[in-house]
Amino acid sequence: MDIVATQSVAANEGQRGRDNLLSIRNVAKSFGKNPVLRDISLEIAEGEFLTILGESGSGKTTLLRIIAGFESANTGEVWMEGERLDVLPPYRRRVNTVFQHYALFPHLTVEENVGYGLRVAKLPKNEIVGRVQQALAMVKMTSYAGSKPAKISGGQQQRIALARALVNRPRLLLLDEPLSALDANLRRQMQVELKSLQREVGISFVFVTHDQEEAMVMSDRIALLRMGELEQVASPREIYSHPATAYTAQFIGHTNLLRGAVLSRVARCHSLDWPVGMPDGPVLFSLRPENIRVVDLAVGSSGVNVVRFRGRIRHRAFHGSTELLQVECEDGLRVSVRTATREKWHGDLELEFSPDDAVAVRESQERI
Amino acid sequence: MELPMRNPSNGKAGWLSWHAFAVFGFLYLPIVTLIVYSFNGSGVGGFPPRNLTLDWYRILFADDAIWTSVLNSVIVALVAMAISLAFGIPAALALDRANFPGKALFRRLVLLPLILPGIITGLSLLMLFREGDIKLSLTTIVLGHGTALISVATTEVFAGLQKLDRAQEEASLDLGANYWQTFWRVTIPNLRLSIIGAALLIFTLSMDEIAVSFFLIGRDNTLPLEIWGRLRRGITPEINAISSIIFVFSLIAIVMWYRLRREGRTEIAAELVEAAAQGD
Repeated sequence: MDIVATQSVAANEGQRGRDNLLSIRNVAKSFGKNPVLRDISLEIAEGEFLTILGESGSGKTTLLRIIAGFESANTGEVWMEGERLDVLPPYRRRVNTVFQHYALFPHLTVEENVGYGLRVAKLPKNEIVGRVQQALAMVKMTSYAGSKPAKISGGQQQRIALARALVNRPRLLLLDEPLSALDANLRRQMQVELKSLQREVGISFVFVTHDQEEAMVMSDRIALLRMGELEQVASPREIYSHPATAYTAQFIGHTNLLRGAVLSRVARCHSLDWPVGMPDGPVLFSLRPENIRVVDLAVGSSGVNVVRFRGRIRHRAFHGSTELLQVECEDGLRVSVRTATREKWHGDLELEFSPDDAVAVRESQERI
Repeated sequence: MELPMRNPSNGKAGWLSWHAFAVFGFLYLPIVTLIVYSFNGSGVGGFPPRNLTLDWYRILFADDAIWTSVLNSVIVALVAMAISLAFGIPAALALDRANFPGKALFRRLVLLPLILPGIITGLSLLMLFREGDIKLSLTTIVLGHGTALISVATTEVFAGLQKLDRAQEEASLDLGANYWQTFWRVTIPNLRLSIIGAALLIFTLSMDEIAVSFFLIGRDNTLPLEIWGRLRRGITPEINAISSIIFVFSLIAIVMWYRLRREGRTEIAAELVEAAAQGD
């Protein structure tokens, strides 16, 4: 992570000014002999939208449940605003959760669901009514106040779950894959709404998802979890353009991994070589498909400081606005190249990339 | 492979539907006969029924012994229901939530009275009461029914608990309700249908229970034993009349129970019994 730490200064500037709200310190958890989380340390800033991203089984939900209080860590601590959080029962934490399948109470109306936390807290009746109304208005569900959860759609249930959590004015809102049950269109719409809602209320969100696109769209920072360990924590831009590890590079977006070696300040992969500022040794580069350009021979190369090579199209996949070409080079190297669809390329191609776009990444260790 | 049964014009299908009718008749003709002859003017014999009358019902309503036994049965059923639920609900909660040594054994043992023949339950309780020098009375019947039917309460409520989304309880804790508040505000309301269903079923089963009651009866008869006692002196259509009334009430209870189940979409408790019987 050291490489990233130095490179991500600019990206993290936005977070610098904010105070830390939650800090997770060396948390580890295993179920039986199965380690689920190993030594996780993570800070969440005031007003931040942090996404915990990971495949299923990466431990992301467990981490969320430890913050909420439904699981306890084997070792490590969780602190919030100078107070130890992990020793408190869930109902004493100023943290609320939006559950994956919403977990609305089926025997209560929408209104009663939203007012549940306030009623349990024994607030005065008129305050409860006012705050429930406000919360329902915030998620545009006022006209459904009297409905039972079973009578409203998935997207609406999602809004109610959100209102039910936010009405308690938590310091931190946890969201456990809340959009996974929605269809693609509604999902994109809710991503935008959720993000603007978070800006509006200014509450810190910790959002769990396995969808890297979702993470990119919504987050201030992404914490990528892999097999119980943090692979990288950075802003979406940073994590995309400077992935720290091969796993990150592959999980977030699409990439070409080029294996090679550095000798006397020259990196060599297959028959390609370019100057680098790295010490000698084996090296792994991530090169995004969109950073490889097809050279239009009529126009010529786009710069002097580029690596050029030739290849032949083996396969093409149409993605709407772009097309992904599988190109096989003369030396047998295969790379993916993303081109704009309007450019129609055939057969043999002249290709080039800038050495700056080949980002050295660490090998991801195998963990079992 | 051909599926001849799917084809309605096939001869086999015709045969099968006749068979189905026959089974249906076999099951329900006796009940129909029973009801029809309760209106028969000339006793239980004779075909076809003649001189239709409501006299037997008139005689029945004037028969104090029958009504005392009905009252006894209702009291027994209500108290047995209370006992079964009082023990069955915590047992179901323990089975669903707690982990304790011997849990699998406990689960099977709780279900045992449901599978065990009533004669065994009755006989063993009788021997126990004898040992304890307890006089047989309605109380002993209540205890017998209560213990035998705890398994019904347990299976029904356990099925309800299995259906309950645990995330709801977590949501409640998350929203600031402690464990006790969560139990009363979320768990119990979610189990409402299972509990009512169990209560109805226990009531019905207790009302027509005969094997256990037979061993534990004191001086006061329950309705089934009263009927049984009278049958030994010969059948009168009065018995048909009371049986018809019981049938109608049982039908209502069963229909209510069934509709509750469908409404609550709770699984059939039998599944659990099956699982236990298979030693899962």
